[in-house]
Amino acid sequence: MVENRRILGIVSHIVLILGVIMVALPIWITFVASTHDAVRMTQAPIPMLPGTHFFENFKQTLFGAGLSGSEGAPVWRMLLNSLAMALMIAFGKIAISLLSAFAIVYFKFPFRMGFFWMIFITLMLPVEVRILPTFEVVANLGMLNSYWGLSIPLIASATATFMFRQVFLTIPDEMLESARIDGAGPLRFFWDILIPLSRTNIAALFVILFIYGWNQYLWPLLITTDTDMTTIVMSIKQMLEAAEQSPQWNIIMMTALLAMIPPVFVVVGMQRLFVQGLTETDK
Amino acid sequence: MLKRVHFPTSVLPYLLVAPQIIITLIFFIWPASQAVYQSFLIEDAFGLSTEFVWFENFEILFEDSQYLETFWRTIIFSAAVAVLSMGSALILAAFADRVVRGATTYRTLMIWPYAVAPVLAGALWVFMFNPTLGIFPYILEFIGIDWNHYLNGSQAMMLVIFAAAWKQIAYNFLFYLAAMQSIPRSLIEAAAIDGAGPVRRFWDHIFPLISPTTFFLLVINAVYAFFDTFGIIHAVTQGGPANSTTILVYKVFNDGFVGLDLGGSAAQSVILMILVIAMTVVQFRYVERKVEY
Repeated sequence: MVENRRILGIVSHIVLILGVIMVALPIWITFVASTHDAVRMTQAPIPMLPGTHFFENFKQTLFGAGLSGSEGAPVWRMLLNSLAMALMIAFGKIAISLLSAFAIVYFKFPFRMGFFWMIFITLMLPVEVRILPTFEVVANLGMLNSYWGLSIPLIASATATFMFRQVFLTIPDEMLESARIDGAGPLRFFWDILIPLSRTNIAALFVILFIYGWNQYLWPLLITTDTDMTTIVMSIKQMLEAAEQSPQWNIIMMTALLAMIPPVFVVVGMQRLFVQGLTETDK
Repeated sequence: MLKRVHFPTSVLPYLLVAPQIIITLIFFIWPASQAVYQSFLIEDAFGLSTEFVWFENFEILFEDSQYLETFWRTIIFSAAVAVLSMGSALILAAFADRVVRGATTYRTLMIWPYAVAPVLAGALWVFMFNPTLGIFPYILEFIGIDWNHYLNGSQAMMLVIFAAAWKQIAYNFLFYLAAMQSIPRSLIEAAAIDGAGPVRRFWDHIFPLISPTTFFLLVINAVYAFFDTFGIIHAVTQGGPANSTTILVYKVFNDGFVGLDLGGSAAQSVILMILVIAMTVVQFRYVERKVEY
């Protein structure tokens, strides 16, 4: 604070509180909608204060039939699918990026730079620009409707490789020298020295990648036709379509709430790692 | 790039890069080259024969007024999302940078829309603006505005812009706040001693000093609006009414998977690829500069 202006201080807080309200309003309305019964949610104006049906809706959504009349998988199954996909993407990306960054930084071998540029190119090919041919590849490999199909095509990662490369470059050369004097081979050095030294970077990246994986939409939409493989994020769209016939907004919004709780919890609960991960990967 | 001290050459480094390279080849480079190849082909109406036609698919696209309209619509959409979301984030960050107590609390309350999937953001906004039930159409009715984004194209466009900008505020806020907090306090204090008021200090000192962040965010927001907003459009409007919210990514998806026009969709993919490459190059050139000083 440079100078003490009381009025400006108050104005600052007012603007920020308005900002928070603006940011939080959609989520508040979602929460409120999930606490009323279906009948109340068909009467305009919709309520702005929570009702008493939260646990009822929660039980119906998670373990019951969910949206009546829909033939989708139960919500707990979709949450499980999302969790599996998010974890496989996050761990897969971290594992293969650690290995390739290690190879590129600590070994001198023919085509080293060629591999580096090949990894770099993936940055320029988001799934949106190669939808059809990638779908064909996955279909030919028989990976449709499987966890492998959901995760493996997404786990190549230029940003993660670059980040680990950056981290490894800051590790002093003396580490390697002394490890070699003590007789450690490359894999021993990787496992006992590099991994422990990049622990916080791995954790920060995990937070970002978990959210990335959980929130995937277009890819699962393309390659899952079996309702047992639908993810929770995908299901919202189907519910919105169903809502045009039978509006059960309490159940739809409860599902939306369940779909955003895990990633929101990760962001808020691990805020420091999240901020670190975000600023590191986007540089 | 390479460590001064390194391990001797063996088969090991090839094994280490193998998983990443195999996935890149199978799921990235091969499909992308397929897209480029298919963009030079035209299939007849029955799918019986294909003909190699060089750039005819691209010529057809650029003569198609609908495609050109989609192109401009995407640019307007992206600009609106970037301005709205970066503008509000900048204002909020400027005030958050001022408050002594509670800056972290505000940050916590502001960042979590980042974690909400675009399609969910779309679902929340479509519910708030539902013409019969939503809270906003109800309020708007009092000032004589009849809201129905199922029929009114520009209202549909506004709705997807709001949803897309809302989700991105968190990200922009975080980067703006970090940039402002890294400005040395002594600089701002010196300006204050010279008699510059808070507004003057913001425009003459803080805003120019964070211009690298603004530029960086501009690229990130453009990429976001071009590609990541697919979920929002798909949930809120499905490109309608009458294509008024169809953006490039949505059109590729629609022409390829619903319309099954392989050559045309592939040509659109190639154009998108060129756009991403251009944006990535801009982003990396800028990062190189930033690393230097």
